Amino acid sequence: MSNQVKKVPTQHIVGFVLSLVLTALAVWTALGSDLSTAWIITIIMLLAVIQAGIQLVMFMHIVEPESQNGHVPWNMIFHGFVTAAIVVVGSLFVMVYGF
Amino acid sequence: MSLDEFFVTGEPLIYAGMVAIVLVTSAIIFLLTYFKKWGWLWREWLTTVDHKKIGIMYILSALAMLFRGGADALMMRVQLAFPDLNFLNTQHYNEIFTTHGTVMIIFMAMPFLIGLMNIVVPLQIGARDFAFPYVNALSFWSFFFGALLFNISFVIGGSPDAGWTSYTPLAGAAMSPGPGQNFYLLGLQLSGIGTLATGINLMVTILKMRAPGMKLFQMPIFTWSTLVTSFIIIFAFPILTVALALMTIDRIFGSQFFTLTGEGLPMMWANLFWMWGHPEVYIVILPAFGIFSEVIATFAKKQLFGYKAMVWSMILIAALSFLVWVHHFFTMGAGAFVNSVFSVSTMLIAVPTGVKIFNWLGTLYKSKIQFTTPMLWALAFIPSFVIGGVTGVMLGMAAADYQFHNSYFLVAHFHYVLIAGTVFACFAGLEYWYPKMFNHKLNEKFGKLSFWLFVIGFHVTFFPQYFLGLDGMPRRIFDIGPEWFTLNFISTIGAFGMGLGFAVFVFNIYYSYRTSQRETTGDSWDGRTLEWATPTPVPHYNFATQPTIRGLDAFVEMKKHNESTFDESKLEPIHMPNNTGQPFIMMALLFMSSFALVFEWMTLAILFLVGVIVMMVVRSFDEDEGHHVEVEEIKTTERQLRGL
Amino acid sequence: MQSNVKHTPLEYQTEHNQMSILGFWIFLAAEVVLFSTLFATYAVLFGRTANAPLPSELFGIEIVLIMTVLLLTSSFTCGIAIHQMRHGSNSGLITWLIITLVLGLGFLGFEIYEFIHYSHEGATLSSSAFWSSFYVLAGTHGLHVTLGIGWAILLIIQLYKKGITAVTSRKVFIISLYWHFLDVIWIFIFTSVYLIGMVI
Repeated sequence: MSNQVKKVPTQHIVGFVLSLVLTALAVWTALGSDLSTAWIITIIMLLAVIQAGIQLVMFMHIVEPESQNGHVPWNMIFHGFVTAAIVVVGSLFVMVYGF
Repeated sequence: MSLDEFFVTGEPLIYAGMVAIVLVTSAIIFLLTYFKKWGWLWREWLTTVDHKKIGIMYILSALAMLFRGGADALMMRVQLAFPDLNFLNTQHYNEIFTTHGTVMIIFMAMPFLIGLMNIVVPLQIGARDFAFPYVNALSFWSFFFGALLFNISFVIGGSPDAGWTSYTPLAGAAMSPGPGQNFYLLGLQLSGIGTLATGINLMVTILKMRAPGMKLFQMPIFTWSTLVTSFIIIFAFPILTVALALMTIDRIFGSQFFTLTGEGLPMMWANLFWMWGHPEVYIVILPAFGIFSEVIATFAKKQLFGYKAMVWSMILIAALSFLVWVHHFFTMGAGAFVNSVFSVSTMLIAVPTGVKIFNWLGTLYKSKIQFTTPMLWALAFIPSFVIGGVTGVMLGMAAADYQFHNSYFLVAHFHYVLIAGTVFACFAGLEYWYPKMFNHKLNEKFGKLSFWLFVIGFHVTFFPQYFLGLDGMPRRIFDIGPEWFTLNFISTIGAFGMGLGFAVFVFNIYYSYRTSQRETTGDSWDGRTLEWATPTPVPHYNFATQPTIRGLDAFVEMKKHNESTFDESKLEPIHMPNNTGQPFIMMALLFMSSFALVFEWMTLAILFLVGVIVMMVVRSFDEDEGHHVEVEEIKTTERQLRGL
Repeated sequence: MQSNVKHTPLEYQTEHNQMSILGFWIFLAAEVVLFSTLFATYAVLFGRTANAPLPSELFGIEIVLIMTVLLLTSSFTCGIAIHQMRHGSNSGLITWLIITLVLGLGFLGFEIYEFIHYSHEGATLSSSAFWSSFYVLAGTHGLHVTLGIGWAILLIIQLYKKGITAVTSRKVFIISLYWHFLDVIWIFIFTSVYLIGMVI
């Protein structure tokens, strides 16, 4: 079995480097750039979502066909994030901005 | 803490309750000892991982809870029958409407339906058990002990009294000191863990363990409703878990989430509660829709009309259920735009629900209806539920809701949907699948008597309440004004009709056990789906051989081709899980830990929690691989059951 | 795909293992919602600090950045552990798991230090709605990390005793999912609690 698996975990290394770069980018955007607060929040949240995607795909193997679980894992995680968005945005809409 | 603080004192009704508990418990202990049944209880029930037995335990517990919640309801109706009646005092009345609501939703409706799912879903998809039988047992015991924790509050420590919605700041530590509210929080938390685990378990079971050839769009409709319900459970219950945890931390550890001090935000509780609470409504109604669909198709002797539309409307309802929560608190004071958005999304739900109503009518259209008791429940459901649904749309209009809010109009509405929907379905489902569980049908004569008593009683109870609401009677008052007397009196009479109907139902269980003819074929109703392909009583491995599925209504096809689930040429040893006492012990320890936390005895709580962790470690090192049922044993069992 | 069985990693080879892994994915989806509720509470209660210090007065980028790098690296080493497992190297697997644990413990240490520091500055669980939501959100994540460490220790013992089998490989794969997932949650805590807290 071992000869089928690559010796060097390229995917993991790329994922790790990307995570570090994205983290640094987020820190710079928040603390080093002159953007307005709204833009900063938009950009760093977007960076966070990308970084989460990297974890899910490159580290957690969410789409491995060998798992025989088809699309269910990413389908459920996707719906989890949709529900999360409803909960967070909905709460802010109802409790803060729509008041 | 002295003993008279520990036990609830000074209430004659509660003393009577204590005496009843002591008597019943001693009677049970005596009977178990006298007939030497302790070993049997442990081996056959407390340690079982068989989904059918767990389902039966769920349903028995749910019936007990229906009795408890029903007793609460009757006490409330007595108090409200006449103006200035002092049957219950204000405090006791508050406690009773709180426990009535909580018990009925969390400890009656959900476990009843989950019990039916437990028994039926693996059978309908041709599976031999749940994906995770151990977790299934864990789920049941977590529900059981959660219910126990909540229910002992009325003799020990005092019941919660802030309504089943437990709104802050009333439910917070400042205004509700003492253990009552903690019982609510931890009882629900404990049983919520089990519900979430069941949701995951059912979803994996349905997605991975279907009989060969069964596509998703060939699954029986009840299984579909279970799959959609599991989806809602998985995404809604974590919200409740967090909401309960936050209020527990508020009350026990002094945080400021929902308090009036420290810039806390009491309405955030309502927001979180209903973000779970509205999906919860669909958790208890979608399986009911599934049950009615099965019953109607079976007794109309037709394939379900518009199967795909049924499935898609359920999926749509599930999606919308997460987008309407604000309609429970339109009067909170959010802006007009917020209320309008949620008003529109609320009314949208009526569309897929309407589709389902027309599909049921389409199935009935031009069919030869067989008027069995389960079918009567289903037929009574359609018009009754429509009344509840239409008044729901009325409540959904934010502007009008300012009038209806907090009145008996609302009380009438949700009883019309939850009783006509969920409770009718529980009765229909239990009577429909009863022969699968207990090897004999329920007596039709008593079944119909209990049906008529309950349904007429139901309408007499709740129809007048719409008008009481329009007359301005608010909910949760313990004393009625004279202008509301007549309708309230009628309502109370109806409530006793329902109580009588339930009593006849319970009597019927005993009567049928004594007199009903035993089943011989396993196909009691000329059924359409796979559960009827097994012999009764269902062997613990369910299917000797898994059938290959060609289309919808698998068993109809099998009967056409003269196939059975016992094909001797294909027999192989069947792998089954072993019984284990771990789930029971683990959850008993968690129960004791929660009980200690209710009284804020921290050392004791941590001690028991360590016990729970030890049990988890034990489980982690457990190498139990289950056992195999040998071919010879299968042959003997099946031949005997099938009379070959 | 004729040699399908050969290519399939050990943890996917039995149907029971596949189901366990799927069940755990679904559980993680539920966890997403669980944490989102805490995030929602935090967001709604943001600014409700009462008389306690403001987050921008207390949050410092250095310590948070150290915690982030520790957790990101532990997620990476955990991935390497799985890579070693798929190579069939039990000693490599155990070594990388232990490295992961040490990094996780380092993260926890900094978190505890941070909490103590804030509470000395007058921001405690009970000082205001905002700080309640901060401690419970970050604390729930920390509790998850703690549980993960305890769980991983149990698995390392089992790996010592039994080596890489169908059962242990499934268990290790599942805890790796859990560990990576905690990193996902931390990314959002880092961004929406600390970075935004320092900006606003």
